[in-house]
Amino acid sequence: MTTLAERPSASRSRSPFRRPLAETGLGSWFTTVDHKRIGILYFVSAMVFFVIGGVEALLIRLQLATPDGQVLTIDQYNQIFTMHGLTMVFFAVMPLGSAFFNYLLPLMIGARDVAFPRLNAFSYWVFLAAGLFIYSSVLLGGMPDGGWFGYAPLSLVGGDPLGYTIGDATTTQTIAGNTVAEGQRMVFYSLGLQIAGIASLASAVNFIVTILNMRAPGMTLMRMPVFVWMILIVSFLMLFAMPVIGVALWELMMDTSFGANFFDPAQGGDPVLWQHMFWLFGHPEVYILILPAFGIVSEILPVFSRKPLFGYTAIVFSGIAIGFIGWGVWAHHMFAVGLGPVANSAFGLSTMFIAVPTGIKIFNWIGTMWDGRLRLTTPMLFSIGLVAMFTIGGLSGVTHAVVPHNWQQTDTYYVVAHFHYVLFGGAIFGLMAGAYYWYPKATGRLMNERLGKAHFWIQLVGFNLTFAPHHILGLNGMPRRVATYEDGYGWNFWNLVSTVGAFVIALGVLVFIINLVISYKRGAEAGPDPWDARTVEWLTTSPPPPHNWDQVPNIRARDELWQRKYPTQGQREQVRVPAGGSGELEGDVAPGTTAPTEGTTGATQSPYTISDPGYDKGVRHDVHMPSPSYYPLIAAFGLPIAAYGVIFDQPAGFVFYAVGALLVLGGLFGWVLEPPTDPSAEVAHQ
Amino acid sequence: MTVDVHSPESTADHGHHTSLGISNTKLAMWCFIGSECLFFGALISAYLIYINERADGPGAELFDIEFTSASTFILLMSSLSMVLALAGIQAGDMRRFRIWIVATGLMGSVFLAGQIYEFTVFLSEGANVTVSPFWSAFFLLTGFHGVHVAFGILMLIAAWASSLTGRLRMENAETIENLGLYWHFVDVVWILLFTLVYLIPALGGGGS
Amino acid sequence: MAESEHSYHPGRREYIQIGVILTVLTAIEVGLFYADPPPAVAIPVLLALTALKFILVVFWFMHLRFDTPLFRRLFFTGGILATIIYGIVAATFYFGGA
Repeated sequence: MTTLAERPSASRSRSPFRRPLAETGLGSWFTTVDHKRIGILYFVSAMVFFVIGGVEALLIRLQLATPDGQVLTIDQYNQIFTMHGLTMVFFAVMPLGSAFFNYLLPLMIGARDVAFPRLNAFSYWVFLAAGLFIYSSVLLGGMPDGGWFGYAPLSLVGGDPLGYTIGDATTTQTIAGNTVAEGQRMVFYSLGLQIAGIASLASAVNFIVTILNMRAPGMTLMRMPVFVWMILIVSFLMLFAMPVIGVALWELMMDTSFGANFFDPAQGGDPVLWQHMFWLFGHPEVYILILPAFGIVSEILPVFSRKPLFGYTAIVFSGIAIGFIGWGVWAHHMFAVGLGPVANSAFGLSTMFIAVPTGIKIFNWIGTMWDGRLRLTTPMLFSIGLVAMFTIGGLSGVTHAVVPHNWQQTDTYYVVAHFHYVLFGGAIFGLMAGAYYWYPKATGRLMNERLGKAHFWIQLVGFNLTFAPHHILGLNGMPRRVATYEDGYGWNFWNLVSTVGAFVIALGVLVFIINLVISYKRGAEAGPDPWDARTVEWLTTSPPPPHNWDQVPNIRARDELWQRKYPTQGQREQVRVPAGGSGELEGDVAPGTTAPTEGTTGATQSPYTISDPGYDKGVRHDVHMPSPSYYPLIAAFGLPIAAYGVIFDQPAGFVFYAVGALLVLGGLFGWVLEPPTDPSAEVAHQ
Repeated sequence: MTVDVHSPESTADHGHHTSLGISNTKLAMWCFIGSECLFFGALISAYLIYINERADGPGAELFDIEFTSASTFILLMSSLSMVLALAGIQAGDMRRFRIWIVATGLMGSVFLAGQIYEFTVFLSEGANVTVSPFWSAFFLLTGFHGVHVAFGILMLIAAWASSLTGRLRMENAETIENLGLYWHFVDVVWILLFTLVYLIPALGGGGS
Repeated sequence: MAESEHSYHPGRREYIQIGVILTVLTAIEVGLFYADPPPAVAIPVLLALTALKFILVVFWFMHLRFDTPLFRRLFFTGGILATIIYGIVAATFYFGGA
């Protein structure tokens, strides 16, 4: 967005608030613009949503454990399975990715923060506001119940699942003295995702600018860690995919709330347009969910194989290829719609093509591990788990590309098996690997290995118990999205197995959360570089100071930290040297410091930490970090308030519109007029 | 890709210290505009797909091409005055900058007023979002364009006011350049809409 | 002004010239509309004129001709991607087998 110029010396008295300056304490979390703290906020919030989505999954599995399940009513089931999908996709996996992006991106490219720190805070608060908004529907007539895909005309149906009155919600109910039109559930869907989309769009712009423009000296594009490449690709996917779903959601809202006719076949609209728009976004979205995990695994495997990443260039370019081809496969979600043989064949082919770059990555990961000195730590186990589980999911994905085969599987549990293997076996395993791997960087303490390994094995077993039977159920014809099924179809046994597996997963996640909590206080001290890692985020202290580095590192190699620790002598041998021991090292390296203990978790001091006294001999810069701000929070929470204007009838609706618009505009104006760094804070960092 | 020296003391938005040597805000603006292509593309394609779905309601014969031509011309000229405002601030001539930025805002407002008038005419002649997919798509598309114009006008007013208080000066010309990028993009979208939404359907429907 | 070192921006004179050309092109469009030729002739001509106006504004007023190629790539990635994918969607509606 265009912002008016912000002169640091401009008067700060114009703000109605006193500028928040505290950088510690509970209140400071609401105003922080530090990418690391925002990353932690993302992680904690996303974990909360992940647990909520998980509980919903357990309810679904309880309902389906036996034929004629009575745990949920049909209406409740529809809400729960819709919210499970929405929560996991938009409020758990995507923000978990954002958590890692936020925390690590500046550290990995040697920057002090992202390009637009306040916009970053805005993204977080908008995401949280969207999640709270969509869940507030529980109190306002029920949660969205049209599936996460929101197919019209089901998404246009009112609240009563048996009263299939297509068209506009006309009946009203009274909630807290205000009338709310019934059938608003999918309005929550359209507006909630709309708001979440704003957060993704803002992050996408922010990350693209940060990666292209904020790299440390020497950090060329082809020296960037693969994870950073994946962030770049994901950001471009979000940049171009979010407006597509944005328009589709507006059209849906116009249909449900204002009587428009985009998707209502009774009025000449076409539900297939919704499907096109949704999957135009939805397929890139799949890669938005999985590529961060691919990036994480590409960081972890080399570290614990003690080898450089095999085929860095191939992995980067196959990631880019996925980003491009990912735009040309959307209609494989619509093979049964009747697009005609030409379209079906073309999209079947493009879908098979996209397996190629994915396969390249798999081979590269195996090549990285091949002949390496493997250390089977928890992050490594989860990474290997991803490679194995994702391969299964990828293979069942290729079977979907075969159109006649697809017609057999469409809308069966086989599809459910496929996408859980790629999104749980892929994305969640990868994100959990990342959590174990970078937890010591964020907290200064290692997570408990014993609990971590227990978590891995419980989750691996539970995951396969849950989702492998879905393949069989699907091939036996069990349709997905059904609230219950009758006895006698031969589905009973595998459904029960799947339900048992779901509870095993829940146990694993519980172990994970316990580990996260207890390691915060009781974990072993990590030191800056506990894993003997390769990339520069391990160069600074754990946790890093607010400004990340006193001196930004000069990057001379892809595995910069590794090269510093083990300067190459000859072709293959690498000799570990004390820091600065090689005469070839220049620049920001200070001589005379100790080497870390090899490969142990007990290393207390990296040779290049910013606490290194050697730095005092070099040039020290005063660092002015952006000051905290209230405005991102204010502007963000204006959005859901304005959105309630659509939900509530007039005149209450107008009040919501007005208050929401006032908060958004006021927040933006305050933001623009406020200097990024408060003048009075300039002396704070020395 | 070459890398400039990255000064560690600042995360500020000036092109001097960035990896590519270009300004962060301008890069962000171009990213946003790239994204907006997909946004308006979706709205335009919905309109084109539903161009014949009129459900016995009125169609493109309601369009008043003379009126829309005039407002199109005004928006086009606001783009000219926008670049003249930019030339003004780049030359340090704040008086000229203010004249042209006000002119831009006024022309944008006239366009917006014209659109509102046009909407009221259509509504009075029985066209609204509920009539047919054609009108649903028309109102959403042109309405979103109008919202973009309105947001642009707000930013123009803010820029003008900031130049009066002295916050916006010659050094901040890039802010005006970014604002200009937004404004021109909105204009470019209208160039497309005028042909695709008004002229071509009205030709097919027998003129006004 | 970060851009001044490496990018040339056109001046007032050029801006006004472009403005005049845009005016003329719009006049031709409207004139063509009232001449009421068969749509098979009019539509390609109208689209060509629109594309010309589009290019003038984007390359001169938005300085894409003079700025770093990255901006051009960003903009045209968005524009071309939109054209292709929505083109395919529209094509499935017009030629679909359903």
